[in-house]
Amino acid sequence: MSRVSVPCHVKGTVALQVGDVRTSQGRPGVLVIDVTFPSVAPFELQEIMFKNYYTAFLSIRVRQHTSTHTPPKWVTCLRDYCLMPDPHSEEGAQEYISLFKHQMLCDMAKVLELRLILRQPSPLWVSFTVEELQIYQQGPKSPSMTFPKWLSHPVPCEQPAPLIEGLPDPSRVSSEVQQMWALTEMIRASHTSTRIGRFDVDGCYDLNLLSYT
Amino acid sequence: MLQEESDLSLVIAQIVQKLKGSNLYAQLERQAWASLQRPEIKLQSLKEDIKEFFKISGWEKKLQNAVYSELSVFPLPSHPAAPPEHLKEPLVYMRKAQGSWEKRILKSLNSMCTELSIPLARKRPVGEQKELLNKWNEMGTDEPDLSLFRPVYAPKDFLEVLINLRNPNYENGDSLSFRTHLGLIQVPLKVKDIPELKEFFVELGLTTGQLGIDDSTQVPPELFENEHVRIGQKVLAEQDSAAAQQYIRQGSPTALRAELWALILNISSQPEDILYYEQLKTNVIQHDLLVDSLIYKDVKLTASNDDYYFVFEDYLYQVLLCFSRDTSVLGHFAYNSASPPKSYIRGKLGLEEYAVFYPPNGVIPFHGFSMYVAPLCFLYHEPSKLYQIFREMYVRFFFRLHSISSHPSGIVSLCLLFETLLQTYLPQLFYHLREIGAQPLRISFKWMVRAFSGYLATDQLLLLWDRILGYNSLEILAVLAAAVFAFRAVNLMEVTSLAAAEAVLADLSTLKVMPLLQIFLFATVT
Repeated sequence: MSRVSVPCHVKGTVALQVGDVRTSQGRPGVLVIDVTFPSVAPFELQEIMFKNYYTAFLSIRVRQHTSTHTPPKWVTCLRDYCLMPDPHSEEGAQEYISLFKHQMLCDMAKVLELRLILRQPSPLWVSFTVEELQIYQQGPKSPSMTFPKWLSHPVPCEQPAPLIEGLPDPSRVSSEVQQMWALTEMIRASHTSTRIGRFDVDGCYDLNLLSYT
Repeated sequence: MLQEESDLSLVIAQIVQKLKGSNLYAQLERQAWASLQRPEIKLQSLKEDIKEFFKISGWEKKLQNAVYSELSVFPLPSHPAAPPEHLKEPLVYMRKAQGSWEKRILKSLNSMCTELSIPLARKRPVGEQKELLNKWNEMGTDEPDLSLFRPVYAPKDFLEVLINLRNPNYENGDSLSFRTHLGLIQVPLKVKDIPELKEFFVELGLTTGQLGIDDSTQVPPELFENEHVRIGQKVLAEQDSAAAQQYIRQGSPTALRAELWALILNISSQPEDILYYEQLKTNVIQHDLLVDSLIYKDVKLTASNDDYYFVFEDYLYQVLLCFSRDTSVLGHFAYNSASPPKSYIRGKLGLEEYAVFYPPNGVIPFHGFSMYVAPLCFLYHEPSKLYQIFREMYVRFFFRLHSISSHPSGIVSLCLLFETLLQTYLPQLFYHLREIGAQPLRISFKWMVRAFSGYLATDQLLLLWDRILGYNSLEILAVLAAAVFAFRAVNLMEVTSLAAAEAVLADLSTLKVMPLLQIFLFATVT
């Protein structure tokens, strides 16, 4: 399905911490990232994509446009999605993740703002965040065409002409020919990316030193 | 659901793309064309009839084996936005560490090149080519002057690099805290603990028969061995890779081992493969590489001095020299965190059309590399088959033992697994060894890097490598290393220096691996 990137403004992360930051030991385990869409009207969210950096759990809250005059409220659309199965080890720590509309708890029809709540309970890591955040909405559907009348409203079937003896059934022949055509198209479209096996350049393998780049 | 379906179709598309370039594809095409002559193939239902023909004639099984082989070797396709480096190694700091390690190796090779004034590669004059061709089967009798050559690196150099591996985002702190690892490896990779290992290696349990335990002379063969051999013959008759992999977890009978390994690795000696090997041989004859001297030196230093393997010296040259010229090995760098070294044709520095890889297969051998090949010589006597088996073992398993990566079978994870197992289940021993300055990993590292080749008796080594193939993982090396320490724990508790600890663990040739593994995993009181 096609998708279109939505330009978003990612505000700086805000750490949530109990008590005074300066005096208490330990680092914050909860970060909040606000994502706004200043130049775009309320849209339907298709996909959220990002690169994880040591975040263990992710919750997302969304504020949607409501048609009534009530101010839009924050609703949780993803709760404690696990990015790192073991928060103390490296598994999943730097993976690329995609979250889709169907994984969300609520409808994402008219998104105004998103709030990502990142949690990392382990004290082992110096910092954690998500990077390369990208939001996608549904791409444009293929433009609707108007079909000629006879295509969209076929006339009722006439009685087919009686089959001439000895000739095969035309509908069967046409389906077989279609299958064979599809097979030939597949063969034509296939190509391989195997190497040839030559390591020299025109028979010459006279080398300088190894290069460091 | 949608996500899983699109993941599955991505995997299928990738495998199809890979198989299209293979011999099997060409063979299937030929078979399909030939089958058109058969009476049961009708034009109307062409696709279905040919599929049916493949099923009956055994070609579908070959295709199944090829797909299974691809699935075992290649990691699952990652996220579409992930760059290719992410597939090689997802953690950025490990990529960087591997990059700087490689740079060091390149510098070392370059300086050897300039010091000795030997070119990296040169074309052999015709006379020399003829001479080498005549001597091909007895290259071991050659005694070139290799005194000026030194191995590019040894396992202990690599260990120092791993010890210094640090995650910049990991809070190490200056003082010892709960965050510091007590062993040498300081990166927090996920490793299995004993309950998870028990589940993973369930076929090694106390109630399952094992070759290496239940085929000893005191046990009557009717209890286990005869039946196991019979099943093995049946698996070979069926030619099913997946079944063979499952079967070999309990060990392989000596008579069936060569064929079983070939089935699991999906190696069949076709005329094309023999021709390919001959082509590599021609490449060796035509061009002389600096890497060849490194290989010679390595074989002379390691395999030739080994009581079990010195007879195979000539085979080792025939395999390793050809291995260096094999560009198909470059394919494995897609999922290996390492990258092949690059060079330019003389006089064309910087021009991409004249950029080549050096050596052609991208793998620079280190001290002990030839020991990966030596045990295989017991199983395969035909050079091209021996070559294929070694190449497949390398691109599936051995490359992980000398590159820095976070993969569960990578050497870093194996080291951490070993240290964690020892700390958790033999804390007194670990503490004692640490106190006397004999960190256990310093002793066991060389075992794991060589997959125990050259340290165990050959029959025991082959039983161990059976399980590596069966479980498609190298974790058993770390478990065995910990089991060896557990076995010699009483002696080790009495030593007072690293040298004495090394002496206790110097000779592993009398050990029986399967009982050690079974006891450590399933019979140790925790």
